[in-house]
Amino acid sequence: MEDTASDYENSFYREKGKYKGVFSWLMSTDHKRIGIQYLAAILTFFSIGVMLGLLVRLSLIAPGKILSQNTYNQVFSVHGILMIFLFIIPGVPVAFGNFFLPIMIGARDVAFPRLNRLTWWLYLTGAVLVALSLFTKGGPPDTGWTFYAPYSIRAQANITLAVFGVFVLGFSSILTGLNFVTTIHRLRAPGMTWFKVPLFVWTLYATGWVQMLATPVLAITLVFIILGRVFGVGFFDPSKGGDPILYEHLFWTYSHPAVYIMVLPAMGIISEVIPVFARKTIFGYKAVAFSALGIASVGYFVWGHHMFTSGMSDTARIIFSFITFLVAVPSGIKIFNWVATLYKGSIMPNAPIYFALTFIFLFSIGGLTGLIIGSLAPNLHLHGTYFIVAHFHYVMFGGAGFAILSALHYWFPKMFGKMYNEKAAKAGWFILFVGFNLLYFSMFILGYRGMPRRYFDYPPEYFNLHLASTIGSWILAAGLAVILVNLIRALFKGPRAPADPWGGRSLEWTIASPPPAENFRELPVIK
Amino acid sequence: MEINAEQRDRTGAKYGMWFFLFTEILFFGGMFILYSVYRAKYAQDFHAAAAEENLLLGSINTAVLLSSSLSIALSISALKKGDYRLSVRLQTATILMGLAFLVIKYFEWTAKIAKGIYPDSPVLLKMSGGEILFFGLYYVMTGVHGLHVLIGVVVIAFMVYFTRTGDITSENFSKLENTGLYWHFVDIVWIYLFPLFYLIT
Repeated sequence: MEDTASDYENSFYREKGKYKGVFSWLMSTDHKRIGIQYLAAILTFFSIGVMLGLLVRLSLIAPGKILSQNTYNQVFSVHGILMIFLFIIPGVPVAFGNFFLPIMIGARDVAFPRLNRLTWWLYLTGAVLVALSLFTKGGPPDTGWTFYAPYSIRAQANITLAVFGVFVLGFSSILTGLNFVTTIHRLRAPGMTWFKVPLFVWTLYATGWVQMLATPVLAITLVFIILGRVFGVGFFDPSKGGDPILYEHLFWTYSHPAVYIMVLPAMGIISEVIPVFARKTIFGYKAVAFSALGIASVGYFVWGHHMFTSGMSDTARIIFSFITFLVAVPSGIKIFNWVATLYKGSIMPNAPIYFALTFIFLFSIGGLTGLIIGSLAPNLHLHGTYFIVAHFHYVMFGGAGFAILSALHYWFPKMFGKMYNEKAAKAGWFILFVGFNLLYFSMFILGYRGMPRRYFDYPPEYFNLHLASTIGSWILAAGLAVILVNLIRALFKGPRAPADPWGGRSLEWTIASPPPAENFRELPVIK
Repeated sequence: MEINAEQRDRTGAKYGMWFFLFTEILFFGGMFILYSVYRAKYAQDFHAAAAEENLLLGSINTAVLLSSSLSIALSISALKKGDYRLSVRLQTATILMGLAFLVIKYFEWTAKIAKGIYPDSPVLLKMSGGEILFFGLYYVMTGVHGLHVLIGVVVIAFMVYFTRTGDITSENFSKLENTGLYWHFVDIVWIYLFPLFYLIT
């Protein structure tokens, strides 16, 4: 271990570069600075997204009293666009991946540092474009985050700008994936063979491929929407010979693999946290690593399950349903291995493992309900209901969201060199957990009873469950507030963190907290 | 150690370029999928609409673009042998051929627009669904391809500049090599576009 006092002076926060003030961040090519900026950005958009979500829930206990129908459509659309494209898709890779990938493989930076900075600028540009679409002529998009044609081509709202913003964000995502995959191929420290890299790196590798191979399809689909709106090219317009179903196919060809962009690196975080806090090595390292690649590759061939009711042949539906079941196998392998790692471990009950265990619980509910809607007969009943909304919030928020919170608590001491208050973190976790289940489990029942998603109003028999769900949203928001305030407070008032507070084994724990400018004085050699 | 780092960098840059080209294939793939679906659905209409294309100009453009791929490949070989002047000349030739391609494309487009055939035009909307889609795909696919040619021309112009300033040398040529890869990709896309739009009548 190096001398922490002098290292603190050497931390990358203190590094003197060419630029001063805010430009020392915006112009930086240091993967850690870029990671911290991304983290701040995604948490900001997450917070805005939460507020919009609260507004949607609030409107649903008194339809018409708080939001008008049109505003309601805009609010849930913007909630979706922010949460999907600005928070959870970039999410783990851009924030934690940027900060920790080079350190974990024993490198000084990513393969293309300037390209990395470009992705950050593109992300900012995309965010600004989406924000502009809210306040310019036509108003915020009201299409839902999926921009389904032909409505998205005919709607009055300023969809062109929002869609262009998402296009730019996609470009940023592609370049991040490209950068990470190249980095993992080229910059592993001497002796770090493929089966010695940490599992988080494996999941970033699988995610990088999905980013490269799926996002371009979204990009061209969005270009079609823009061309349809601006030049009247009618690829999805039946009156011009086009076929709207093709839009759905192209959109989900990207957007289903995108689900794995969101959740794979989250699984990587869990695979890091669990062995450290169970005081054991991971059970079945290779199985966990290969299951990430398995999920990434099988995930390309399941998009049809979003369209079971859109019009497809029976053969196609049966095949898509079958492949959907196949994805559950590698996911199950991961869950099995995490639980096996915990078995007979000497578990340290700190905040990160609370979030990690909750991930396993909530993600399992999300995953198993995914099988219900992945089979054809129940899908016909549940398609387009709150059951779907509950399912993907359990997977996205209960899965990826809780993994991000776990990562925040796990790596916070390393990223900022400060410790947070453990009790407040756990209190926040408890409130969040209660609120989460009240909010989203009510939606499973609502959906099962036939409440359609995205509807502004509903018959009175659904009121009680809607009320429960809305109360859950307030509890959830309170939990999030406790967690975030606790972390922000720790930034300013927290005690200094040691280099390795948890007894972690991967390379980031061998260097000072916060890490020095070029990570390693001498590149580590792995035996 | 220093040489090692340099070599590692060069291979890494090539990885990055190839990955980028994969993403480009998928980007164009979205358009080719639309083309195949609509071609299967409206085979007759596509057949009829393709008669509108100018086969002579399309063939000339194919020849121009294929030759430009040769000249960029030769410019890399010239550079590796240390003949910087020849390399610059060949790169400039590539730029000129790229521009020639775009000029010919411009005449093709304006000829069609003069006839009133462009997206959402009254003439086009009177045609059958398949023909509308054919011309929509024609404008979008050759348009996006043309944009890639234009970007390529700009990038090669930078390469000419870098070769003159000595940023690209016979030892350090990965920039030019990767530009060459990109240019070949643009060429290959055209190899598919040409038969799909000009030769299917």
